Amino acid sequence: MTTRDLVFTAVGAVTALSALLSVTTKQVVHAALWLLVSLGSLAGAYLVLGQELVGLVQLLVYVGAIVVLVLFALMLTRAPIGPHAEIDTPAWQRVAGALLGAATTTLLASLLLPLFAGATADLDTPTTTTPQVAQAVFGTWVWPFELLSVLLLVALVGAFAVSRLVLHREGADPVSPRRTVTSDAPAGGRG
Amino acid sequence: MSDLAPWVEVVLRAVAVLAAFLVLPLIVGQTEHKVMAHMQGRLGPMYAGGFHGWAQLVADGVKFVQKEDITPARADRWVFRLAPFVALIPYLVALAVIPLSPTVVGADVDASAVLVLAVIGVGIIGTLMAGWASANKYSLLGAMRAGAQLVSYELPMVLAVASVALAAGSLSLVSIAEAWKPWWLLWQLPGAVVFLVAALAELQRPPFDMPLADSEIVFGAFTEYTGLRFAFFLLAEYAGIVVMSLLFAVLYLGGWSGPFEQWLGWLWTVLKGFLVAVVVIWLRVSWPRMREDQLQRLAWVWLVPMALLQLALTAVGVVVFP
Repeated sequence: MTTRDLVFTAVGAVTALSALLSVTTKQVVHAALWLLVSLGSLAGAYLVLGQELVGLVQLLVYVGAIVVLVLFALMLTRAPIGPHAEIDTPAWQRVAGALLGAATTTLLASLLLPLFAGATADLDTPTTTTPQVAQAVFGTWVWPFELLSVLLLVALVGAFAVSRLVLHREGADPVSPRRTVTSDAPAGGRG
Repeated sequence: MSDLAPWVEVVLRAVAVLAAFLVLPLIVGQTEHKVMAHMQGRLGPMYAGGFHGWAQLVADGVKFVQKEDITPARADRWVFRLAPFVALIPYLVALAVIPLSPTVVGADVDASAVLVLAVIGVGIIGTLMAGWASANKYSLLGAMRAGAQLVSYELPMVLAVASVALAAGSLSLVSIAEAWKPWWLLWQLPGAVVFLVAALAELQRPPFDMPLADSEIVFGAFTEYTGLRFAFFLLAEYAGIVVMSLLFAVLYLGGWSGPFEQWLGWLWTVLKGFLVAVVVIWLRVSWPRMREDQLQRLAWVWLVPMALLQLALTAVGVVVFP
């Protein structure tokens, strides 16, 4: 076993363990924080495998933006400190969830493990993989990439339209900062 | 350093980065005391120790160490205690990969520009953890404001950096600074403005200190913190100024380019970064706090279109004048 194998095993164990904790914890914000650890150490796994750019983008997008949004959304709703009976799931749901998770894991493992069993990658000669990733995304895969961008844009516009339309139908005043905030906020430095 | 054993070199580099991480924020803090004192005619910071109030920072440190470390009874203990470190460590990592010159760099990473942006984005998690775990409504409000602000300003910042990376044809900070030429000052000017404003907002410095607004929500997410843990949050803020200023110097001011750059390169980077830090302090002294809706409007109506325009301008420049 080389050092890289050891590090990869350690990072993988942290990823799996924190993912498990994220779905088993009884506290909703802790679940999000464990998810954060899991996604962050997954970025570490990419780094150990020599895919620097993928690992960093994982960190930038998932840890820096998506989990922040998850935490933000949790804070907007009820996110009590400590376990809370009202937002707990019933036992049958937990069993069903565990079964589904186990089934998906088995399916993916049985498919992916034989597929990549003999695959090797040379990590000892230092190379920059960033141009390769860029060429793959904007060359070979440019159409799927563009389609995905359009899909995300449509989803964004759709979400915006839905929120505005619902507001209009209910006769409510569409949220406009100019109307809701009237006077000047107190201004001044701190300290 | 290349003729040393690998592990000695790693240890030396780590110690050097840690030393810079502990010293540079203090220098910025001391500068802030003095610059603010002069600009606003403040008398307080000019007393301690006699000459020009040199001991004010020492007095602050002693005060923080003496204070009792309190965890509120209803707080989430672990999250509450971890939060300051989560806020602080990303800046340490960022400082390690920002080059002062091609040779003076903690760790030379290939895609260092992306690395810096990625870890800076992680720092907000510390604020969110602090705000939620304090079991205090003002803390929670502050954390939510901080989260909304960071998510909004991260986009223009990433776009501004993408523009420089496009111009230099590299994601490595060393290569970007080496590709820099004086006329980039004009070519990348909109991007530089966007970056500076977004950096101020990410640091939650005035005029973007709505998450900490003392007249509304006490001190935002940090309300319940005392003593050393509070000092860690302050250190994170000043380390953030150091990181952002050095990053600005490397990306937009050419880093180490200047007279005698073979020998004095690192000094030029530090001086340019220090100049940017003074501008950051100056902006705090001279601007009133922006309202929450003004903050969001500035990010989405002004900065994002400006950054996109800069990106288009850079693309045209790269294609037409290769």
